[in-house]
Formats: sequence, C-alpha cells, structure tokens
Amino acid sequence: MGEKGRARYGLREGWRAYRLIAGMWIRSTMAYRLSFAMTLVSGLLVTGLDFVAILLMFSRVDALGGYSLPEVAFLYGLSATSFGIADLVIGSAGRLGSRVRDGTLDTLLVRPAPVLAQVAADRFALRRVSRITQGALVLAYALAATDVDWTVAKVLLVPVTLVSGAVIFGAVLVAGAAFQFVAQDAAEVQSAFTYGGQTLLQYPPTVFGKELVRAVTFVFPLAFVNWVPAAYVLDRPYPLDLPEWTAYAPPLVAVACCALAGLAWRAGLRSYRSTGS
Amino acid sequence: MDAFIELDGVEKVFDVRRRTGFLRRERRQVRAVDGLSFTVARGEIVGYIGPNGAGKSTTIKMLTGILTPSGGRLRVAGIDPARERTRLAHRIGVVFGQRTTLWWDLPLIDSYRLAHRMYRIPDARYRENLDRLVELLDLESLLEVPVRQLSLGQRMRGDIAAALLHDPEVLYLDEPTIGLDVVSKARVREFLGELNTERGTTVLLTTHDLQDIERLCSRVMVIDHGRMMYDGPLAGLHEAGESERTLVVDLERELPPIDVGPAARVVRVEGPRQWLAFPASESAAPLVARIAAEHPLVDLSVREPDIEAVIGRMYADRETVVPGARNS
Ligand SMILES: Nc1ncnc2c1ncn2[C@@H]1O[C@H](COP(=O)(O)OP(=O)(O)OP(=O)(O)O)[C@@H](O)[C@H]1O
Ligand SMILES: [Mg+2]
Repeated sequence: MGEKGRARYGLREGWRAYRLIAGMWIRSTMAYRLSFAMTLVSGLLVTGLDFVAILLMFSRVDALGGYSLPEVAFLYGLSATSFGIADLVIGSAGRLGSRVRDGTLDTLLVRPAPVLAQVAADRFALRRVSRITQGALVLAYALAATDVDWTVAKVLLVPVTLVSGAVIFGAVLVAGAAFQFVAQDAAEVQSAFTYGGQTLLQYPPTVFGKELVRAVTFVFPLAFVNWVPAAYVLDRPYPLDLPEWTAYAPPLVAVACCALAGLAWRAGLRSYRSTGS
Repeated sequence: MDAFIELDGVEKVFDVRRRTGFLRRERRQVRAVDGLSFTVARGEIVGYIGPNGAGKSTTIKMLTGILTPSGGRLRVAGIDPARERTRLAHRIGVVFGQRTTLWWDLPLIDSYRLAHRMYRIPDARYRENLDRLVELLDLESLLEVPVRQLSLGQRMRGDIAAALLHDPEVLYLDEPTIGLDVVSKARVREFLGELNTERGTTVLLTTHDLQDIERLCSRVMVIDHGRMMYDGPLAGLHEAGESERTLVVDLERELPPIDVGPAARVVRVEGPRQWLAFPASESAAPLVARIAAEHPLVDLSVREPDIEAVIGRMYADRETVVPGARNS
C-alpha cells in the first residue's frame, strides 16, 4: 500500500471507528432521556449567556466597533456554530494529556483503529449540540435582521464559511491535542485558545488592537472563521486591509490548517513512549 | 518450525530526564531492552519472567506496536508491529493486568459489542465466541455491570474475554493473575491451558507468580536488564540455576554434622535430624548408600529444589550470565 492508499485507508477506518464509538456513547446517553433533555436545555441557557452579554451591551450603545446588533449577531452566530460543530465532533480529544500521562493510551493503540478517531469519539457528548443550536438561532436572527444585498456569492459564502470555520476550529483542537503528547498539562492552554478564540470572534475585529488581529489572522488564522468573510457579506472594511479575494479563502485556510494539524498529530503520536507501569 | 514471533537484536532505549536540583535536569538513557533475540513458534505457550524493571512489559509493548524499537528487527506474523499496528491488531490479543482495555464507564457487554463491529467479527462467529467465553470465564451475571464496578478479578476475566473475541493468533498477557485470589487464578490458568491446546493460540505470558509458569508453560524465558538470561524448558532452570536438592536424614540420636566430603554439605541440624544439600544434577543414591553405611539411619527423604528459590538466586546474581543460556 502506497502512502496515499494508506492515508485513504486510515481515513476510512477512522471514520468507521468514530461512528461505532460515538454511536455506543449516544446509545448509552439515550438510556437516560430525561436527564439528557435537561442537560440539553441547561446547556442552551448557559451558552446563551454569551449572547445575553452582547444584548446588554447594545442596550447602552447602538454600535460596537461600528457593527450594529444584527451584524455582531452574524459574527457571533458564525463563530459559535462552527466552534460548536468542531467541539461536538472532536472536542473529546482535548483530554488526551491525561491519557498520555497515565499511559492508558496504550489500550487505544492495540485496537485496529486510528488513535485520533478513538480519542475524538471517546465519551461523545451529544449535549454539545446545545451550543450549535444556540449559535444557529442567533445566526438565523442575524440573517433575518441584517439588511444585506444578497447576491449568489454572498448566499453561498455563508454555509461555506460555516463548514470551513468548523474545520479550522477542529484543526486547532487536533493541534492542541497533539501538543499534549509533549506537554501533558496543556489542556488549559488549549481551552484558552479554543474557547477564548471563539469568544474573541464574537466581537468585531474593530474593537481589538492591531497586534491581536494580526495574530488571529496570520498566526492562528481564526479570522477566517468569520471576520474576513463577514466583512465581504456585510460590506465592511477588511481587517488589516486584506484584499477582497481573502473573503473566499476560508476553505483554503481550512485545508492548510488540517494538513498542519495532521502533521503535528503524527509527530505527537510518534513521540509517545507509554509509561513504566 | 514456523517462527511466529521473531526478535533479532531488539533494543529499546528510553531517554529519561531527572531533576537534580532546582531547574537542573540531567538526561540519562535507560536501556530497557538490550539486544534481545528469540523466536516463538505458532502454538507455543511461553513464560516470560524476570525481576522488576527487567524489560518484560517493554518487550510486549514493542510486540504490539505501542512502542517502536530503538534498534534491531522484530516481526510478528511477518508484520512489523510499529509500522502496521492497526493491521496487526486484528491478529493479536492483549491483556494488561495493570490496566483495562474495556470501556470503563459502560456495561461490559458494550465493550464486546463494539469489538464485534470494530474487528469485523462475523455475526455467527461472534455469538459463538461470546457464548463460549462467557461460560468458561463465568461472565453471565457481569455483562450488564459497568466496568468500573467490577472487582479486579472480574475485570481481568472480562479483559481476557475481550482479548479473545476476534480469535487472535497470539495472546500476550502482562501479569494476568496479579491480585487474583486462588480460585480465580486457577480458573484463569485452566482457561489459558485449554485455549492453547484446543485452539492452538500462541501465548506469551508475563508473570511474577511462578505457579502460573509451572502449570502452563513448557518453555520459559528469563530476562534481566533487557537481556536474555535463560531460554529453555522449565526443568532446565534447575541446572542453569545450579540449584541443589536437599536430603533430610533422621538419625537414631543427636550426632555431630555428617561428613561425606564434597558430595554434600550439612546446611542445618535440629536434634537427630540433619539437612544435607547436594547438586540437583547428581543422583541421591550413592549419597544415601554411604550415609546408611556409616551412620545409624532411621528415616530419610529427598526434597526437590523450589523453583522460586532457583529463580530468586538467578535474580540475585544479576550481572553474571547463567551458563547454558541460549539465544535461539
Ligand atoms: N515509558 C517509559 N519511560 C521511561 N522509562 C521506562 C518507560 N517504560 C519503562 N521504562 C524503564 O524501562 C525498564 C524496563 O521496564 P519494564 O516496564 O519493561 O519492566 P518489567 O520487566 O515489565 O518490570 P515489572 O516486573 O516491574 O513490571 C525500567 O527500568 C523502567 O524504568
Ligand atoms: Mg511490567
């Protein structure tokens, strides 16, 4: 089997193992329907608090960094939804560090399935759909309330951005997990990047300093999750005066992030050396 | 013979960083496995023993593909485990006594159902294997219990079943009887023996309980400092370990220690009873004849060397390579 064949085989087997493991956890969660329904509702309320904070701000001001409430809601909806999807699909990988430290990763390595699929699907938490739901509701409100001249390109860009954003966040989560092979206590650092990142993106780039925006664009390219494509949709100046074509860049950025995260993961896994007992 | 597991000069070196003071670290290398060579044929059941830190678990981790060897060549069923870990996984079963491969928070049966799908075990085969394992390992009443609620012995049986559902060609067991009571140990041993004779499953067993080895293994490998110290039949350990048998003689009355020259030496005297040690490889007959001729003898018995003592002595002089050690 060539390198490419092997990669494709790994992807297929990984996806299969992912579905099997996630399915097992979903069935187990569904055994307690009522308790699941309750966590879902409370999750919806808790994640909703983020947006309530923004609403409170707008009770005092008419615009935030030049963005109106529906426009901020657009940013918020894109960020929260795409992060929610990534967190649902791959968030469990964030607990990798403890498995590396206590050596229980050994038991995943003896199963006939890629390790990443197994850690991502472990304890698959369906309750995380509450964040997606909440984000999607805000996004729906934003789409209804903003007065945008919808063109075909703009309409298409919204779902493309959503998917690309989820992939970018997913790549960040995988890279963070890979880092935990080296620094096993880095789970907090990782959540600072991911949760912190998605909260940051809920606000317009214009309220932040240039340095921060630059970092979020070029170092951790989270700006492509919403800021850049939203600038195009909302006819706003581009952050950092980026050229207009960058609005279409999210899919490319997503692919590049995946490639880097994949490399990081492989390097991390190779460095795994189990424990002495 | 068809070599199923092949190791040729396999090494594993760990870089360990140790704190030697505030912010000061020292790097050191631990040679956990140091030029190990052996082969195991299909259908063999081999005991793999050695003192703590000898490199047994490290060897098993390399055989399963968890760890990549630092040097040498290693093949299991013709596959390089570290390179093709997932492909090999279909053909091997692993039980770690220290940690479970079961899904901790879910009922035992869920782990088996998942294995059914993940290993692509044909339905009929899965049913048959599950029924057999559940019966032999007495798991019926445990299937719906979450794994975390199982006792150590129950969990271990559950783990053994999980490792065998997909009919692996080889089963690695790293201390499978650790912490088990006498009854559970006996049951696990009996089960492994049957598995080997009836299914022809190759078994590599690591343990600190030498009874496991005595009951199950015709061949034992002793390693220390990652090097092979002995590889051969269990009986051969006695010679290799230069072990001694003991002749216990009851005399008519208390006498000074018997002197029979270099053939034996008195190791203990208690009233009219005396204990004489002589090489395990020598016959007791001439010794008995001579003592009976020269001393007023009432009764006598011969005690076989204790395998624990033999191995204990082997571990004790750790640096010397035992004569007769063979690297096949
Ligand atoms: N992941 C690791 N990192 C660093 N050193 C390790 C690691 N694993 C094992 N070692 C070292 O390698 C040596 C062999 O360890 P191993 O676990 O293979 O011994 P063992 O024969 O299984 O011992 P035991 O009977 O105590 O289980 C020990 O000195 C141990 O400290
Ligand atoms: Mg060990």
